[in-house]
Amino acid sequence: MHPPTDNGRRLDDRVSVRRARLSVARPSVVGMEERWSTEHVLSLAPDQASCKAAGKLSAPAPWSQTGWGQGALWGQCRGSGSTPYRTVVELTTPAYKCTCPSRKFPCKHALGLLLLWSGSPEAVAEAAEPPEWAAEWLNGRQQRSEQAVQRRTAKAEAADPAAALRRADRRAARVAAGAQELRLRLADRVRHGLADHTAATGGWGEVAARMVDAQAPGLASRVRELDDTPQQGLLAEYALLHLLAGAYGRVEQLPDPLAATVRARVGFTTETAELLAGPTVRDRWLVLGTRDTSDERLTTRRLWLRGAKTGRPALLLAFGRPGQAPDLALPTGRLLEAELAFHPGVRPLRAVLGTRYGAPETGPAEAPAGLSVTEAVAEYGAAVADDPWLESWPTTLSGVVPVLGSDGWQLTDGRHGVPVRRGSAPESALWRLAAVSAGHPVTLFGEYGHAGFAPVTAWGHDHRPTGVAQ
Amino acid sequence: MTALTTASDSWEELRTTAMLGTDRRPLPELSGSPALTGAAHSVDRTDAATALLELAALETVRRRAGAVAAEADALPEPAAPDPRRELPEAAARRLAVLVGGRGSAGMVANLGELLPQWLATARERDYRAPAALVPALLDAARARSELRPDAVALAGPLGRWLAERNPDWRFVTRTAVEPGTENSTVPTGPGGTTDPGGTTDPGERLWQEGLFAERVTHLTRLRRSDPAAALDLLRSTWSTERAEDRLLFLDSLQEGLSPLDEPFLEAALSDRSKNVRATAAELLSTLPRSALAARMAERARAAVRLARPAAGTDGLRLAISPPAECDAAMQRDGIPPKSPTGRGQRAWWFGEIIAAAPLDLWTSDVGRTPEELLRLPVVDADPGDIDPGAIEGSDATEKGVNYPAQVGSWAEDLREGWARAAVRQHNADWARALLGPVPQPGRAGAAAGAPAKLLAVLPAAERAAWTASFIESHGLGEAFQLLGACATPWTPPLSTAVVAALERAARSGAYPWSHSGVLGMTERALAPETAPAVEALASGTAPDSTWADTFNRLAATLRFREAMLAELTA
Repeated sequence: MHPPTDNGRRLDDRVSVRRARLSVARPSVVGMEERWSTEHVLSLAPDQASCKAAGKLSAPAPWSQTGWGQGALWGQCRGSGSTPYRTVVELTTPAYKCTCPSRKFPCKHALGLLLLWSGSPEAVAEAAEPPEWAAEWLNGRQQRSEQAVQRRTAKAEAADPAAALRRADRRAARVAAGAQELRLRLADRVRHGLADHTAATGGWGEVAARMVDAQAPGLASRVRELDDTPQQGLLAEYALLHLLAGAYGRVEQLPDPLAATVRARVGFTTETAELLAGPTVRDRWLVLGTRDTSDERLTTRRLWLRGAKTGRPALLLAFGRPGQAPDLALPTGRLLEAELAFHPGVRPLRAVLGTRYGAPETGPAEAPAGLSVTEAVAEYGAAVADDPWLESWPTTLSGVVPVLGSDGWQLTDGRHGVPVRRGSAPESALWRLAAVSAGHPVTLFGEYGHAGFAPVTAWGHDHRPTGVAQ
Repeated sequence: MTALTTASDSWEELRTTAMLGTDRRPLPELSGSPALTGAAHSVDRTDAATALLELAALETVRRRAGAVAAEADALPEPAAPDPRRELPEAAARRLAVLVGGRGSAGMVANLGELLPQWLATARERDYRAPAALVPALLDAARARSELRPDAVALAGPLGRWLAERNPDWRFVTRTAVEPGTENSTVPTGPGGTTDPGGTTDPGERLWQEGLFAERVTHLTRLRRSDPAAALDLLRSTWSTERAEDRLLFLDSLQEGLSPLDEPFLEAALSDRSKNVRATAAELLSTLPRSALAARMAERARAAVRLARPAAGTDGLRLAISPPAECDAAMQRDGIPPKSPTGRGQRAWWFGEIIAAAPLDLWTSDVGRTPEELLRLPVVDADPGDIDPGAIEGSDATEKGVNYPAQVGSWAEDLREGWARAAVRQHNADWARALLGPVPQPGRAGAAAGAPAKLLAVLPAAERAAWTASFIESHGLGEAFQLLGACATPWTPPLSTAVVAALERAARSGAYPWSHSGVLGMTERALAPETAPAVEALASGTAPDSTWADTFNRLAATLRFREAMLAELTA
């Protein structure tokens, strides 16, 4: 791609040295990529405007020196200025680099290049080596991430265990006091009657603030939601909060997994590094689906996986600031060989991603195995018996037809049905689900709980996944 | 709640107590399984409020964990199978980009302009739209009605199945899909509901009970598959239709018009509504063997005679004697007695007659080609007889009261009448003769009538060649309508002519936006082969100028279109 000048050759040598070291850590990083779908590329966009801008750059005209391979994609984009922008995408993470001044991340050039690559195979050829300008950043990135791992490990080791224990004790006492106060407040309201809770005693905002002070953010956010809970569901929420606060009061006597669940729900978090230092599960994880939700401060991406060997469900969370896509994106239907570390609990689900072994590879050609409607209901029942605060559990339904009735959308196998949870997916997504089904049974992944089923991914008769969460 | 609770009374009791407060109401007892009642008994009742929360927690978890799936209704009827080919994967991705993908609103800017072409091509190749994209496609067609015929055809049976369930897409049942790829043309009942009894023919039911737009669609579809049946259907309710509906129903007979329709149209000449009468007359005049055409031919023969050369004069000429009045028979044949244009009355009647008379009349009566006829001098058969309309009318000056001007304008009226007849009767020989070669710039166009309309009668290649030659000599300033009459994508010679004209415009210092109409059309219609030439133009223009931007965008659009069409060919 570039003339074999001395300078270039030196760089090339460095590249191959680095890659040789790389291949020890990541044995299968080379030659695993496959072009992504347009939908997947668009899911990386930080906002709608970026989608549009990228669409304009998805034609070959402004691009030159494009290529891909070695888990990376690169190209130069002619803009209005005299020097073209240099855009590099590291496909495995993915990560992006562009010389444009945009603050959007990924910028329209990176997205446009990805769209061009995904849509026009003839426009971006496979190359043996990235050009110098791309290789430089790719290698620098690799170094930085290795250093970060070392730093993390170092930090975990360096902490003073005695001081940490003292801090933990102090916090535990404070949370216990907060939980006890909450129980009293809840009982107080029940004594006077929930019917006049707004009139006589005002909202729950003040109590939520007390829970924040008590370092129990989990209790705080649950308390805050009480003000928005319709009266129909209010007693159940009171009861479960009472149960949680009470459970924390005797958390020392609970069996370890349940104690961990209670602590997590009250608001204790475990550091990623700490989790990764503990036991991990290595498997080939099938990506079942993803859903993004955002408020004005944060975009949250949920990614659900299922281990091909272990059959274990897993939920990864990734976050992005407004204007930035969450830093983790895995295409639905692909398999990712990786180690996951699970947050402890009675029903371990949330996990963090550890070492990956290569980029996501092509998954199975057929829809994943699933449960019947009655089995799925029983499965959630079993889960909620373990963890009473569990709102829903990741569930794959087999052979269900989405039907719009007078009561909203239902998923039915002709004999039994569950409702689609209201507000869990926009109407447009539910119509997409209806179109994929066309009145025939589909396989549907989503979250099933007491409020209904929240659809995420559908597999129709062609066994290809379609996102139906948003 | 999905749950069928066995002890829902306990829960209601708990709820009521909680609502009113344990100060006012005693604690209820839980009923249910021994395990539950056992657990309930072990709850500490010292504080009633705390005890109520404990009991409610027990009951909440019991209800959630013990829920069973509700019984479901019978499954719905699935959509009819669609035997058409699946789109190639790249083309499916492209469609996702074009319709905005992921159900998000709005089009990708300016790529939306390419959607019509994508849809038309995909449909022509007999693909079906991917199921997951059909809702987005229908949403796009809902917002842009010009997309509907192609979008509805691509969506096929699945689109109709969805439209029966989503009122937003009701237009699907009202969209006439032109002949071609769609397999089933049997529409569902009015309002998208299928006939529960299944006894009446759904089409018949739609015609009797449907909304007006649904009825027009049904008539149009039927006319395409079985013109005689469509005529019978229209005839069955004709006398009870409202005048404005009759007019639009009559319009739908234009497609597949044949001598079989003549008796019906002839009867419609006596319709109560003037517009219906005029439309019927126009339709009849496009049937050269109709009785109306024969009557018009008679009138035309009387109005235009071939004058033999008298001694001392040179050659043949056409002598015009326009009708002196618009009699009842002429009025019945659709000629309005009052000129709507402010033209002289006789000239107006004359023009109407020429436009409605079969063109074959001239070539067979006189035995000359259209070109030869057009070259013949035109004279007034009765120079003393001055057009009364020209004197009465306030716009007499337009027509010219002076005798010599009058002669020239008869020739104009005749040409104009022939041009209208050529367009109406789709007569390419006459259209070609009337258009003639492209006029020299600076001179008034010799072509009678609107050239764009005449062009539309010619075969596509000829249209493109004429327009290319027009643009070479006249530039783009007046070419908008002519280009609009050309088939897309434009032929390579026409495309080259347009690019060359754009280059001249850029060099002359004109602003791109003064050509924005043509430029918009160019993005949709320029042959993809022209892309390198446009790219060369872009790099040859001063960077950062508006023309450079214009050419860059045009080149990008062409490349995009090229790739998009290539995917559909694969």
